[in-house]
Amino acid sequence: MTTKSLLQAIHDGLAGEMRADETVMVLGEDVGRAGGVFRVTEGLQEEFGEYRVMDTPLAESLIAGAAIGLSVNGMRPVAEIQFADFIPPAFDQIVSEAARFYYRSGGAYYVPITVRVPYGVVPGGALYHSQSVEAWFCNTPGLKVVAPTYPADAEGLLRSAIRDPNPVVFFEHKRCYRLLKEEVPEGGAVVPVGKARIHRAGTDLTVVSYGFVLHQALEVAEKLSTEHGVEAEVVEPLTLYPLDRGTIVDSAKKTGKVLVASEANLTGSVSAEIAAVVAREAFEWLDAPVMRLGAPDVPTAPFAKPLLESFMPGAEKIEAALLELARY
Amino acid sequence: MVKPVTMPQLGESVTEGTIVRWLKAEGDEVEADEPLCEVDTDKVNAEIPSPFAGRIERLMVSEGTTVDVGTEIVRMAVAGETGEGEEPAAEEAPAEEASEGEGVAAGASSREWPVAGSVAQPVAQPVTGGDGRGERTAPRVGGGAGGGNGRAAASAEELKLGRSSPVVRRLAAEHGVEISSIPGTGTGGRVTKKDIEGHVGARDEYFPPGVREEREAFAASPEPETASPREATSEAPAERVAVHGGDRVVELSGIRRAIANRMSTSKREAPHAWSMVEVDVTALAALRARERGSFAEREGVRLTYLPFVVKAVAESLKEHPVLNSVWDGDRIVLRKRINIGVAVDLEEGALIVPVIKDADELNITGLARRIDDLVMRARGKRLDTGDVSGGTFTVNNPGALGSVVSTPIINHPQAAILSTEAAVKRPVVVEDPAGDAIAIRSMMNLEVSFDHRVLDGGAALRFLNAVKARLEDADGRDVV
Repeated sequence: MTTKSLLQAIHDGLAGEMRADETVMVLGEDVGRAGGVFRVTEGLQEEFGEYRVMDTPLAESLIAGAAIGLSVNGMRPVAEIQFADFIPPAFDQIVSEAARFYYRSGGAYYVPITVRVPYGVVPGGALYHSQSVEAWFCNTPGLKVVAPTYPADAEGLLRSAIRDPNPVVFFEHKRCYRLLKEEVPEGGAVVPVGKARIHRAGTDLTVVSYGFVLHQALEVAEKLSTEHGVEAEVVEPLTLYPLDRGTIVDSAKKTGKVLVASEANLTGSVSAEIAAVVAREAFEWLDAPVMRLGAPDVPTAPFAKPLLESFMPGAEKIEAALLELARY
Repeated sequence: MVKPVTMPQLGESVTEGTIVRWLKAEGDEVEADEPLCEVDTDKVNAEIPSPFAGRIERLMVSEGTTVDVGTEIVRMAVAGETGEGEEPAAEEAPAEEASEGEGVAAGASSREWPVAGSVAQPVAQPVTGGDGRGERTAPRVGGGAGGGNGRAAASAEELKLGRSSPVVRRLAAEHGVEISSIPGTGTGGRVTKKDIEGHVGARDEYFPPGVREEREAFAASPEPETASPREATSEAPAERVAVHGGDRVVELSGIRRAIANRMSTSKREAPHAWSMVEVDVTALAALRARERGSFAEREGVRLTYLPFVVKAVAESLKEHPVLNSVWDGDRIVLRKRINIGVAVDLEEGALIVPVIKDADELNITGLARRIDDLVMRARGKRLDTGDVSGGTFTVNNPGALGSVVSTPIINHPQAAILSTEAAVKRPVVVEDPAGDAIAIRSMMNLEVSFDHRVLDGGAALRFLNAVKARLEDADGRDVV
């Protein structure tokens, strides 16, 4: 066991898969010589050479498109989109091509690419370095979308994503890169795509969350336990598409009260889908309305700190929502 | 039989096609997939293959004519197949249409229903008035923008306090618990899942696990000879009874379902015991015969036996409060108020039990009036929830329909129910110091079914005898 940050875990997952399989390669902006803007790919070009760790121009459509082309020719590329906010130019390639290549070719070609996407609010990120765009891809059959939060899950899921024959969009919360550290098994366990994780068992209510908000929700859950005797069960979907409905619905049935929280804009979010699933499948077990917390439907996370605090579903809001649910 | 062939859809956006040339004539035999005609659309020119084999009965469209997709173009005589009636069986065209309809839900629905976008926007503007329909949909579709008047919010708050959550309703039904009987700890005193689980848990602790499982297995057993007939749970059974020609299947009405659930809950939860006494109501019958005319004239309601029974019951319940109680898991709640429910048969397959609140405070006239009022309103479906709730004991009156013996099911969660039977003249032995004699007396059977968890036969019979004594003692002071 080694204690790793989220960043190190993803780095190690990448390096491990590249050592194990020579078709695994990395491409993206500044991923080679610079080692990535967050240092995730540091040292990889030295170890694997510039053909397997490739710097690309500032053209996301090219990054995704080249990865697709490489993948149908036998490679397993891991494409990095430097910030989730920059993914729209690659959207067409991912959604129109990668997601449907297998179907379009009648099963002749599959697209085993992984698209790594750092996302989420960081202070000062504002317009181009803050967004949570995961929902865009969770309405696209043919894609898998994962969003692990903690290092061990991330390392294990990255291995699964790379080995998966389908295109996987892999979201990494920037705020968690260096903040979250935990012990990760040597060599890295494989965490399967499509399986949620229960971080904390509880009987009174369920929080379904991911990303930095999940981390806050876990802290709030401990606080509620000591201060109010309210035991929250905290579930992380890990895979956002397709959702592990079973684990989520089972927890909802067990506690009867559900809060879904993420920092994505609320309308049309993954939280909306989770809430709908719970409302439909656990209705007869519900003791309170399904609640959601998310960012308001505004175009961007603000620069100004007070505005940013208001924008984010922070610890205080989570606690207030959970207490309201507990009392309901 | 005759089957139509329709104009198929020859492309995603194609809505019509022109018959350029018929390749077959009326009377021709065609094989499946044999070309019928050439069609020209704004995207393609194509031959239309016959979707099935048959003889061309009639060409419905002349050459050069443009028709919409789905229009019948050929009528074909097909051998052998029957029973596919109304649905035009031209396989290709309808199949494509169907798949389009399914795939593009919004598009398909836009024909009949407004799609989200087209309604949400107009709603955000001031309501354009007009018919009630528009006004009704406006606040719902518009969400925050349209419907945010204080009234809606207030009523949501009210509903929240007045209604129980799905899980509470389900658990209450499963465990036969009256939600209003549980003290709530939620917002504004709402009963929460925990409240109801705590309540049921405390109740069930009373039963050792083995006993409980046995009871559950018993209740769940599908065997017809057990006390759990299939309709009792009022859920669709895994296996249905065979329905034969001429049988009529009647879906459960709300009230039928409620009765089914209440009755099976009672039979499942409460171990029923039963006792009967004979009451000599000769004096009461004479009193009633004597007073009937003037009473009806004076009070405007009929003088039946029922108010006498209810009065005797109310007075006897005061002496024997254990009959006026509720089983509450690990304890028994003796009710102070005496609210007597009276079962009213509604004839159309329904039974309702309106409640005479504080029956002990009323005399015969008051009871007669109250009963008449409740019965009339029950038959006119004008009872409100207050009229049918809060009962602490129930009087069942099958005697009015000629019954002489019945074994009523307790009105759960009450502790007991009393049945009053028809007063009939019978030869009975009358004891007299001068020597026993056989006399013709008006006799009435009174029975009580009681929850044996709450009380035993002794208590039940002491109560029954108290009622009997009061009825036999009738002197009519109340009436005249």
